[in-house]
Amino acid sequence: MQELSVRHLLGIKDITANDIQLIFETADNFKDVLNRPIKKVPSLRDITIANVFFENSTRTRLSFELAEKRLSADVINFSSSGSSVKKGETLLDTVNNILAMKVDMIVMRHSSPGAPHFLSRHIDANIVNAGDGTHEHPTQALLDSFSIREKLGDVAGKKVVIIGDILHSRVALSNIFALQKLGAEVMVCGPVTLLPKYIKELGVKVELDVRKALEWCDVANVLRIQLERQQMKYFPSLREYTLYYGIDKKMLDSLDKEIVLMHPGPINRGVELSSDAADSHHSIILNQVENGVAIRMAVLYLLASKQ
Amino acid sequence: MQKRLIVNHQLLEIMVMRLCHQLIENHGDFSDSVIIGLQPRGRQVAQRIQSTLQAILGTTVPTGYLDTTFHRDDFRRRETPVAANATHIDFLIEDKKVILVDDVLYTGRSVRAAMDAMISFGRPANVELLVLIDRLYSRHLPVEPTYVGRRVNSLQSQRVLVEWQGPETQQDNIWLVTKNEE
Repeated sequence: MQELSVRHLLGIKDITANDIQLIFETADNFKDVLNRPIKKVPSLRDITIANVFFENSTRTRLSFELAEKRLSADVINFSSSGSSVKKGETLLDTVNNILAMKVDMIVMRHSSPGAPHFLSRHIDANIVNAGDGTHEHPTQALLDSFSIREKLGDVAGKKVVIIGDILHSRVALSNIFALQKLGAEVMVCGPVTLLPKYIKELGVKVELDVRKALEWCDVANVLRIQLERQQMKYFPSLREYTLYYGIDKKMLDSLDKEIVLMHPGPINRGVELSSDAADSHHSIILNQVENGVAIRMAVLYLLASKQ
Repeated sequence: MQKRLIVNHQLLEIMVMRLCHQLIENHGDFSDSVIIGLQPRGRQVAQRIQSTLQAILGTTVPTGYLDTTFHRDDFRRRETPVAANATHIDFLIEDKKVILVDDVLYTGRSVRAAMDAMISFGRPANVELLVLIDRLYSRHLPVEPTYVGRRVNSLQSQRVLVEWQGPETQQDNIWLVTKNEE
């Protein structure tokens, strides 16, 4: 059978379309496992995985931990708050100390872009990037594309718009790479202050009017406004953002076609999405969360076979 | 590569018929029995057993397919990873008499993995094993089949190949394949 072309999952940029298809096919099998009465397989029973989180996370961390436990791996959790990181220990020292306890894989989230890439040059264990600053969040992009594939049959040829804070979003960047590798057309939409200056170089369309973007697309992936990452004002007020870029049920119903609505969570209800839109039949937000566990199981399983 | 025919299509048909009658002897009307074929190659054997039983009894025995990839004991110990297949079992095996079906029994390791995987679908009343070919003196685990098509003596370097009639093959045949030494 095919194997992944990489030993670490650092970003979607580093993997091939074949890798993504292999992950999807494996995730199909794991999704089947997750729907059984006993949702557990013993594949990784001799493997220890450390979840190393230098930045806050609920969903991703729970999803990874569940995926690891469903695969019967031993799991240890590390979060930087309340640890020796506060005493000035370096990233490499922290991770080497964890690895000295015979850990086989590291799932890491860090606020610095490139932190997992740096680590991969210095340690032997397989690394899965669970988000590095504003750079990449590969498993989120994989589960987004997997959910589109599940809902619409295929990703190739579909028109996908990513709406919101593209500038600060690792989800946006990973999604652009994944969607393009799978043959989808990608558009980004948001206030001009939240679009990176050279985003067109990635081969995506740019649209400033959210209504036009929705009329163009088959799938809208709406991003969260990341208030915590904004040191300066990128738009005058949340109310104004909602007025120009918020999506509600009325707007979705007034389109002449059915579109699929996605959101990586957590939703700011009433800001980028109204409650009636988030809970409408257009939305596959909870399917995304469900698929996240299967996708992460597939990634961990395939990487573990490449020790 | 040398191929020696060990069971031709007529003999295979007689063999399947005999196995089905042995099953009927033990299972009667199959009201509490289910067939589970092991992916990938036990699937076709299970289909054949099911259709033959249907021809004899007129009833359809519930039949599913079980993939054991995630339960194997050689993960991270093989050169190349094994591709997973679909599992399709749309019935509960709780308190059922399960007939596990595979084409060739060799080391017994996949049967061990199958028993492990099967438990995820409930607690069966009892489990039997049916194989077309039992390769003697090659077991790594204490696994013995309940129903056997034929027992063969073979070398470790040989392989038993069960071919079913299809787009690529004209007839059902079972071969003993010897790889040439290089």
